[in-house]
Amino acid sequence: MSDLTQPVIATPAPAKIRSQWWDVWAQFRTHKGAVFGLGFLIFITLFVTIGPWLWTVEPGKLDIRNKDVRPIYQVLFDSNAKVSWNHPMGTDNLGRDIMANIMQGGRISLAVGWTAMILAVFIGTLIGVLAGYFRKADGLLMRFTDLVLALPLLPLLLVMMLLFRDPLRASFGPENGIFILIVVGIGITSWMQTARIVRGDVMALKEREFVLAARSIGTPSRRIITRHLLPNVLSPIMVSATLGLATAIITESALSFLGLGFPSDFPTWGKILFDSVDRMTAFPERVIWPGLAISLTVLAVNYIGDGLRDALDPKIRGL
Amino acid sequence: MLDQTRKPLVRVRDLKMHFPIHAGLLRRRVGEVKAVDGISFDVMEGETLGLVGESGCGKSTCGRAVLRLYDITSGEISIDGREIGALSQGKLRPIRPTMQMVFQDPQASLNPRMTVEAIIREPLDEHTKLSAAEKRDKVAELMDAVGLNRNFAKRYPHAFSGGQRQRIGIARALALNPKFIVCDEPIAALDVSIQAQVVNLLEDLQEQFGLTYLFISHDLSMVRHIATRVAVMYLGKIVELAPREALYRDPLHPYTKALLSAVPEPDPALARSTERVILKGDVPSPSNPPKACNFCTRCPAVMDICKQIDPEYQEVQPGRFVACHLHTDPTTTAG
Repeated sequence: MSDLTQPVIATPAPAKIRSQWWDVWAQFRTHKGAVFGLGFLIFITLFVTIGPWLWTVEPGKLDIRNKDVRPIYQVLFDSNAKVSWNHPMGTDNLGRDIMANIMQGGRISLAVGWTAMILAVFIGTLIGVLAGYFRKADGLLMRFTDLVLALPLLPLLLVMMLLFRDPLRASFGPENGIFILIVVGIGITSWMQTARIVRGDVMALKEREFVLAARSIGTPSRRIITRHLLPNVLSPIMVSATLGLATAIITESALSFLGLGFPSDFPTWGKILFDSVDRMTAFPERVIWPGLAISLTVLAVNYIGDGLRDALDPKIRGL
Repeated sequence: MLDQTRKPLVRVRDLKMHFPIHAGLLRRRVGEVKAVDGISFDVMEGETLGLVGESGCGKSTCGRAVLRLYDITSGEISIDGREIGALSQGKLRPIRPTMQMVFQDPQASLNPRMTVEAIIREPLDEHTKLSAAEKRDKVAELMDAVGLNRNFAKRYPHAFSGGQRQRIGIARALALNPKFIVCDEPIAALDVSIQAQVVNLLEDLQEQFGLTYLFISHDLSMVRHIATRVAVMYLGKIVELAPREALYRDPLHPYTKALLSAVPEPDPALARSTERVILKGDVPSPSNPPKACNFCTRCPAVMDICKQIDPEYQEVQPGRFVACHLHTDPTTTAG
């Protein structure tokens, strides 16, 4: 038997073994949407992080004389429009520069979105895996999940804000305190879908023979989970993570809208959007820009998740 | 013929594996599936014990219970002199390298997200302290031993054919130099042309590494090819255990006779002359087996006593065990 394999080894110089991550990247690049998504995400991240250093206008600075400036492209349709190169995206009704606000707001929105999503996915995966793998914990954990799922989320968040806002502000400062509160609030109220999906998948997977094979080798449960179960439930986790990012950004906007999110002088994409809804017909750009930022970010992350899911699946990767 | 001086590597006594059935609103325990219901056998060092029986008779459960992949209901299992029947899973871990398993479905028994190298390396990661380079060498050696090209180490299981995947599973089972391997229908999911290759590979490896097999199968001709002794199971119990030649030449239990008569005979003249024993009815449910002999509902040679007293599983000829009133001491059955 081994005689047969010898010449095969001898003839071709063993192909240079590429790193696994190189293959993942090669597959990822074939997904056009994912590449565009990644490009946009990098762009928007740079825009909100480096942007404020280049565009040094203070986002909160009031300039009543220059209020209601239209964006620069408005001259194309209306030569009498009030435009200024000092405010290429225009200003709002208090004369604050919209571009500076979108940069500053994007920082907060993205930070809240990512952190809350990671928190929610972490809790959801943890509870889902524990419930799916350990039959004894299943009943308790899933009834707990149902319980949280049955709670009306917005009132719950409002109560949380009222109860914990002041102590957190006192210990972490007004901005960080509110940030922690919002992230934790969103995180612990949006993990349930992930938990249910992961539990179902884990229950199906743990009956597969490769898990039995791992048990027959003597692999302990914690390594069965990390080595065999988690990589195989990656796709549903990835999908719920991309959806979770969108939900987190939108929930934060809703909270800000209700006056229970960040303080009023603290812009976020959702807040800029809601502040501008009243005069949407006269100044559509004020809703279009933050709205576009939110939806394009969400779309980009969705596409990246899609591409990543394909790239991480060895079967699709064609190896 | 069996060498009586050889000592048993695996000793199983009165092994029972019952799965509870829960039903109703309160999930109360309403009964149990007696998948394995009191079986005893020895596997001698270096031999292959074939375990045959029809679907659902508890063969696979028996194999998994012997390796303690289940927490058994009762009974004793000792492997290589150590009693493992009642050990906790944590205490079993250091003993695991002695006993390994080859699974039925090579598609399902390999993690699709792991490379072949990672799959074969997993036992080494768990039980040895070798360096990464040593592990890589060991994996390459194992791949050679089972006839896989070692350049394929970085590929994923889906890129291999069924026979190759089964070789990966065999390499994984061999990684820790086990003494005892349970082969759970290792050829049932393979193409006929590949079956012979895999069985021959198993035989070669047995010779090379001095392995002992418990070979579970429903393919009687394949068992005849590989096994030293054969145990026949019916509904959770062993009805007959005998050396291969004796069993195929002269089956004692009526169920074994029926089973053997179902093996296709290649010679048409012979096929026409032999009479097939065709069993009537279905296998009774393992959750509600007959009161006495499990086979009494379908046995062509059923007697009154079969429906009242469960026949003792005993040695009727040297090396031949059978559980049937036809072959037990006439003083007890005369009545």
